[in-house]
Amino acid sequence: MKVGDVVLITGECYTGRDAVHAHLVKHPLPEGVDMRGAVLYHCGPVMLKNGEVWAVKAAGPTTSSREEPYQADIIKNFGVRAVIGKGGMGKKTLAALKEHGAVYLNAIGGAAQYYARSIDKVLGVNLLEFGIPEAMWKLQVHDFIAIVTMDSHGNSLHADVEKDTGARLAELQKV
Amino acid sequence: MHFLEESLIELITQTSTNLPPDVRAAMSLAMGSETAGTQSSQALSIIASNIDMAAEDEGPICQDTGMPTFSVHTPVGVNQIEIKKAIKAAVAEATKRGKLRPNSVDSLTGKNSGNNLGAETPVIHFEQWEQDEIEVKLILKGGGCENKNIQYSLPCELDHLGKAGRDLEGVRKCILHAVWQAQGQGCAPGALGVCIGSDRAHGYLLAKEQLFRTLDDANPVPELARLEDEIMREANSIGVGAMGFGGQVSLIGCKITAANRLPASFFVSVAYDCWAYRRLGVRLDASSGAITQWLYRDPSRPVEKMAR
Repeated sequence: MKVGDVVLITGECYTGRDAVHAHLVKHPLPEGVDMRGAVLYHCGPVMLKNGEVWAVKAAGPTTSSREEPYQADIIKNFGVRAVIGKGGMGKKTLAALKEHGAVYLNAIGGAAQYYARSIDKVLGVNLLEFGIPEAMWKLQVHDFIAIVTMDSHGNSLHADVEKDTGARLAELQKV
Repeated sequence: MHFLEESLIELITQTSTNLPPDVRAAMSLAMGSETAGTQSSQALSIIASNIDMAAEDEGPICQDTGMPTFSVHTPVGVNQIEIKKAIKAAVAEATKRGKLRPNSVDSLTGKNSGNNLGAETPVIHFEQWEQDEIEVKLILKGGGCENKNIQYSLPCELDHLGKAGRDLEGVRKCILHAVWQAQGQGCAPGALGVCIGSDRAHGYLLAKEQLFRTLDDANPVPELARLEDEIMREANSIGVGAMGFGGQVSLIGCKITAANRLPASFFVSVAYDCWAYRRLGVRLDASSGAITQWLYRDPSRPVEKMAR
């Protein structure tokens, strides 16, 4: 996969955001969680419990840059192969993607209903003590759309856009 | 005030699930100006479908329903304590119904209260006015764009733009920088509320209050109206694009106010709101609490579908 590819994901994925990342750099994975080859989704969903069953009410991506201090270690330690989020990540993560053959996929921020319809089932939840948005949800998804914006070849659309927009910004300097 | 809580639940539900017409119009314009076939264009069409789906299913447009912030105007003599209690009850009920995400986290223990109530949440601002009805406006601004708010203290040095001085030219540079530094992380295309002047705390409040203006209004202060137009034109030329993918549309609105400052201070405070610009308001009968009018909506105009 390379930057610019549009992908549709079908299968299982785990959510994890601020609290999960901070937790996992200090603790082992919760029992029964295996992230080898897994997709990690930066998402803090809205969930409602109907009886014993969790229902997804809204589930778009959250800003990934907050996980930059942790992401490379999580990829390395647990074998994550795809990270889904929004807004992109930095150099440390880009290097980890290259080293471990993983990709960063940018989902469309705010599209919480669109993505909720791509989630078929809540398969389980761990670390619910962090609260609903911060828990580690295991989800079954189909045709979950995202764009490869950082690949395992060292390319980052985010770095390119930041550079290009910076150059255009400089053209607007009048004085 | 028999209907007050019910009216507030309806306000929260509608704000979270149904974007106001001015934001829809701005996003339609954005879709029309983006180059077809690009990643930004694809992102905008997913966004358009999402806006439709949220309204159809009455589900949150975005899962991050933000720090619920209420701006309330009451006639003299109306009991504000009662309104505050009703707002809190309505917020808890809307959370229970899945219209708001439980978003109130104890900053010391990390514990989520589960119902959006907690120390200083939700945020409620009261003001009296000399009208007969109660007005309640609500904005749900998510954490992703809240994190991209930025405050400048002039004079300063800015990446790519050099020195920004204590004049409108310096202010212009700060606002352009604010759009650039957000990139896609605040869910572009975004809208800015800006305050020139005031102090750090009140400047941010006034900046956020600018987001209660409609995107298509005109600033009554001529030099600010000119600056808003200039920012819209220039910010949309730098190419951040939807979600920061690179593209023609980076900004759907720029609303600026000016407040007096101290001789020593010159702040430019910028509140960055995402495309999921959830803001609505209602007028309420002061004795029953029933909704008499929706703000930001035109009852004669049906809600149009966004997806093309």
